[in-house]
Amino acid sequence: MIEITTTRHNPLVDPHLAVWSWEIPLYLFVGGVVAGLMILGGVALLRLARGEDPRGYFSLHAPLSAFMLLNLGMLALFLDLAHKLYVWAVYLTFEPASPMSWGSWVLLLVYPLLLVSALIRLPEAWPWLAQRVPALVRASDVLLASAKTLHLLAWLNVVLGVALGIYTGILLSTMVARPLWNQSILGPLFLVSGLSAGAAALHVLASLLPPQRPAPQGLIGGAIGALVQPLGPQPPEKATADALVRADVGFLVVELLMLGLLLIGLVTATASHAAAFDLLTTGRYAFAFWGVLVVLGICVPLALQALELAHRIPHTVVPAVLVLVGGFTLRWLMVNAGQMSQIVQSAAR
Amino acid sequence: MSNTLTRRRFLKISAGTFGAAAAATQLPRVAQVIAADAPAAKGVTATPTFCEMCFWRCGGIAYVRDGRLWKFEGNPLDPQSRGRLCPRGTGAVGAYYDPDRLQRPLIRKGERGKERWQTASWDEALGYVAERMNRIKAQYGPESVAMFNHGIGVRFIQHVLKSWGAINFAGPSFAQCRGPRDVGFALTFGTGLGSPEPTDIANTDCLVLIGSHLGENMHNSQVQEFAQAVERRIPIIVVDPRFSVAASKAKYWLPIKPGTDMALVLAWCNVLVSEGRYDKAFVERYGKGFDKFVQEIRRYTPQWAEAETDIAAATIRATALEMAKASPAVIVHPGRRVNWYGDDAQRSRAIALLNALLGNWGRKGGLFSQAGIKVAGYPLPPYPESTKPLADNPNRERYPFADEAVTTGIRDATLTGKPYPIKGWFVYSSNILHALPNQAETLKAIDTLDLLVVIDTIPSEIAGYADVVLPEVTFLERYDELLAGWGRRGWLALRQPVMPAPHEQKPGWWIAKQLAGKLGIAQSMPFDDIEQYLRARVEKSGYDWDKLKREGIIMGPKQPITVEEGLELSFDTPSGKVEFYSDQLKEKGFDPVPKYTRHPSAPAGYFRLITGRAPVHTFSRTQSNPLLGDAMRENEIWVNGATAKTLGLANGQYVRLRNQDGVVSNRVRVKATQRIRPDTVYMVYGFGHTNPMLKSAYLKGASAAQLTTRYATDPLMGGTSIHGNFVTFVKED
Amino acid sequence: MARFGMVIDTRKCVGCMDCVVACQTENDVPVGYARDWITTEVRGEFPNLTMQIRSERCNHCDNPPCVYCCPTGASHVSDLGGIVKVNASRCIGCKACVAACPYGARFIHPKGYADKCTFCDHRVKDGKDPACVSVCPTHCMVFGDLDDPASEVSRLLRTRKWHTLLPEAGTRPRVFYLT
Repeated sequence: MIEITTTRHNPLVDPHLAVWSWEIPLYLFVGGVVAGLMILGGVALLRLARGEDPRGYFSLHAPLSAFMLLNLGMLALFLDLAHKLYVWAVYLTFEPASPMSWGSWVLLLVYPLLLVSALIRLPEAWPWLAQRVPALVRASDVLLASAKTLHLLAWLNVVLGVALGIYTGILLSTMVARPLWNQSILGPLFLVSGLSAGAAALHVLASLLPPQRPAPQGLIGGAIGALVQPLGPQPPEKATADALVRADVGFLVVELLMLGLLLIGLVTATASHAAAFDLLTTGRYAFAFWGVLVVLGICVPLALQALELAHRIPHTVVPAVLVLVGGFTLRWLMVNAGQMSQIVQSAAR
Repeated sequence: MSNTLTRRRFLKISAGTFGAAAAATQLPRVAQVIAADAPAAKGVTATPTFCEMCFWRCGGIAYVRDGRLWKFEGNPLDPQSRGRLCPRGTGAVGAYYDPDRLQRPLIRKGERGKERWQTASWDEALGYVAERMNRIKAQYGPESVAMFNHGIGVRFIQHVLKSWGAINFAGPSFAQCRGPRDVGFALTFGTGLGSPEPTDIANTDCLVLIGSHLGENMHNSQVQEFAQAVERRIPIIVVDPRFSVAASKAKYWLPIKPGTDMALVLAWCNVLVSEGRYDKAFVERYGKGFDKFVQEIRRYTPQWAEAETDIAAATIRATALEMAKASPAVIVHPGRRVNWYGDDAQRSRAIALLNALLGNWGRKGGLFSQAGIKVAGYPLPPYPESTKPLADNPNRERYPFADEAVTTGIRDATLTGKPYPIKGWFVYSSNILHALPNQAETLKAIDTLDLLVVIDTIPSEIAGYADVVLPEVTFLERYDELLAGWGRRGWLALRQPVMPAPHEQKPGWWIAKQLAGKLGIAQSMPFDDIEQYLRARVEKSGYDWDKLKREGIIMGPKQPITVEEGLELSFDTPSGKVEFYSDQLKEKGFDPVPKYTRHPSAPAGYFRLITGRAPVHTFSRTQSNPLLGDAMRENEIWVNGATAKTLGLANGQYVRLRNQDGVVSNRVRVKATQRIRPDTVYMVYGFGHTNPMLKSAYLKGASAAQLTTRYATDPLMGGTSIHGNFVTFVKED
Repeated sequence: MARFGMVIDTRKCVGCMDCVVACQTENDVPVGYARDWITTEVRGEFPNLTMQIRSERCNHCDNPPCVYCCPTGASHVSDLGGIVKVNASRCIGCKACVAACPYGARFIHPKGYADKCTFCDHRVKDGKDPACVSVCPTHCMVFGDLDDPASEVSRLLRTRKWHTLLPEAGTRPRVFYLT
């Protein structure tokens, strides 16, 4: 029998850590989607460069929507800061031991990259802007003309996308104080989940406007149109769409395996890690973990998409939506359960 | 605005700049106090004074930085704090900045207790008080105005009231705290123990604590010496139904059944006598009535005591022998707040007798003889003579052995009108609604009063019922009477202001002087300024006033305090000896040797409620202090883990307590713990405030005082019991 | 260079919280927040019990996770005896350090920056002890240079049984508890 009391009652720390609420799970999710979009966008750019996909639907769709989402994510991140007026301090230095420092600089590079990547097809997608700013058209032409430049952009998207997708998982996994996070699989898990969410996001975006409607014109209409229906009312090529579904099936399988490795890693490590395992799988987070994340967020969309590929059921946006729900749930679970997780006091001394 | 005369001038006078010493060590150094300033300490002033966060009155140094009260630390020269204050002293900064402090005089509007006030000027408020006092004097006589008080600050107010003709003054510290103990020891050794009691823990070889929970009960110097005793690894024996902090450091923890401590003490006496392990030389030389004493305690064997106390006979024997082994450097601590069951003077006498058997009186490592310091008085006019008896204990007939006034006696006189009506109460720095047992009686008594004046720093519960509330400054903002301390060596300490009063609060001496003027007895306070009074006393005694102002402490002469130092023992009893058998008790119809009586047990489903102290609080008066309140916001009800499980109570759950008379407490948090007997529950006293003007303390925790409705009165000296109530649990829906 | 640490005798500590209140007045810690605190551990079943009382705070670890995770370098190891400090004007309030501390020793100050025990470096640099050590009425706390074999802290660690908090976290804390 052990009784432990403390006189400490610091806000956000006692009775258990609660420093991060909705902003961080939102950013993690958005960041993951953006990372996925960048990697997939990079692949699309490669295919564009090789002339395999003349419409290059996703090559524009991905960076553009990634740019939009990233702003949302950065806003959430900024809102989370407790000392907002000093946010610039993060760009006065580079701290190699801090994954957050890595991430801050990666984000700084991601912004211009996304803008340039979006630029390639932007004039096509947003005629209003193309008319107003002819320089954009010229720039776009230059980029499209050079296969080498397209290759570079593609690989930059992939590399920075991987960095973006993996660094938050690494950030959390380095904290010995939070046993639930303290597994090196967390980085790759977040990355794969991000890829899957990115694919799902593309799916959802692609199906938002039915193909019959004409492309909107004007400033506002053109901007929205550029985002959701970038290259006119035509849907992406079937081959591209199918490839996306196949990729997503792959991502989901790998994600499931990595979740399994996470659980195995926890239950076979220290007592504190095993307590974290319990917290997630049998404690107060059990329903969210099994019901929402594993079943609803991974297994069901996996099955649905497999059936879609086997032409047993028609394509719908349902699996994509479920994947997005699962992706957000994973982040939410990790942030909340992780803050409850702590090193367990040994009863023996 | 406040009195600018006092504020700025005192700051200038007291400002000496105390800075960083060269090399810090653990030992207090005078040099550190008066060292030259280091550049880092610019804008810092240090003023010595002594603390009033409790009654220990440790010397401290208050630091003001850029006009703001920064911190309060121990004065290395002070023999009690030895340079280190307890958490209450450290938290005194919070008393100054307490947002709930009384700010200006208040006069009641409407019914008592409804807390509708109109603010008044001092002139108005004191005029009101004087007018009503004079009315009472005209109708009943000045003896009909009584006072309840605690703390050194009452000195001049009491003086003015005495000059006016009042004779009834009582502090709860007698009948509701250490009174039984002082009487028990006086009956045995001829003298009470005083405050602080002369326990030479620093040199003892065995320490026995009965209910005393040093470490949670934060008597600074004793806790310091207790820690040293722990370090020296001497055997410590703790008798407590609760596994207190002291118990956790003890060699023996005796989780005694509450109410049976007398049985244990008598059994210990029995073991020492029957095994011949008592100090025969001491008994032979100084004892009287020893044979009759032996006869009386013959039946209190360890085996008999085991059945009463739940403590194994072997343990009783082993602990007695442990004490004997250390004799005479052994202390059976007399305790404080010993008014538990109504036979407490006799139980304290039994403890005194046990100490006598161990021969530790006047011995190193035992109970030494306190040394004091002579300080000259100030010429003040004499008090008028009264022909009336004291109201609480007329002619000492009610409580023959009470040598101080009994607070509850004054309350009884107020209720009954006998021996004469009491129509006015002054209450100084004592929350008597919490301190006195059975709040209903206090409220009933208040109903009969023509005048209730409360002088305090915070709006306590009793202040809520006052006709006039007079706000005093905290000790950090005032001069008070000189402290002439008693201890291993006497010392003189000065209290002087450190900060200006933030609002219209005034010091006690000023209130007294103004009141004297209003009462037409201005001559009773024949000095314009209290500094005049204090300086005159100091200089007349041959001490250096400027040195005292600068250093805060002047030590008195050394004198022998133990036999080892050459002390000659003498006993101021009727026989001139240590009375193992007390004829004077017999004559008054009491047991000449303490007898064990079994006290009532808890009814089925109820648990005995015992109470105690927390180191960050003083009674019921620090809960609104921002620092101390934050350290401990509410008390908890300690329940044995197995008991809690049976009752379906979870740790941290909120419940209410209902006592045997149906009184229901405020919500209080359950602490389910192994640290207490299954049949007993415990809480820290002083919480559950019901005065909404104490905003941060209002309804936090439960009030032990509220649940103390049943009490027994000690027939020897009027002490009222606190541990005779039982509670059951009322779960929330 | 010195390496400051603290040695606390849990036998003598009575858990009075003087260290907590003294820290608050010395360092103007906002009410409601504490840089140090008292922990009690009770083991056993009534009436066979033992209890350990500890005054805890930031451990100024030799391997501090709170320093590694900081993206701005605000959280750093100072030159003064390796005391771990936060430079408020570089702190963005991201709270990673609060999450990274296994002891929960950090908190976010109402002004927005991460805050914690500083070993009273403003006193230490003048040769004084931290406020908590200076005030403790039981003298159970000792502060000094762990790299100096002649210091009191070193002597105590040589001669008494001690333990640190959560050694399995690998933080190499510099606060030691004597038992």
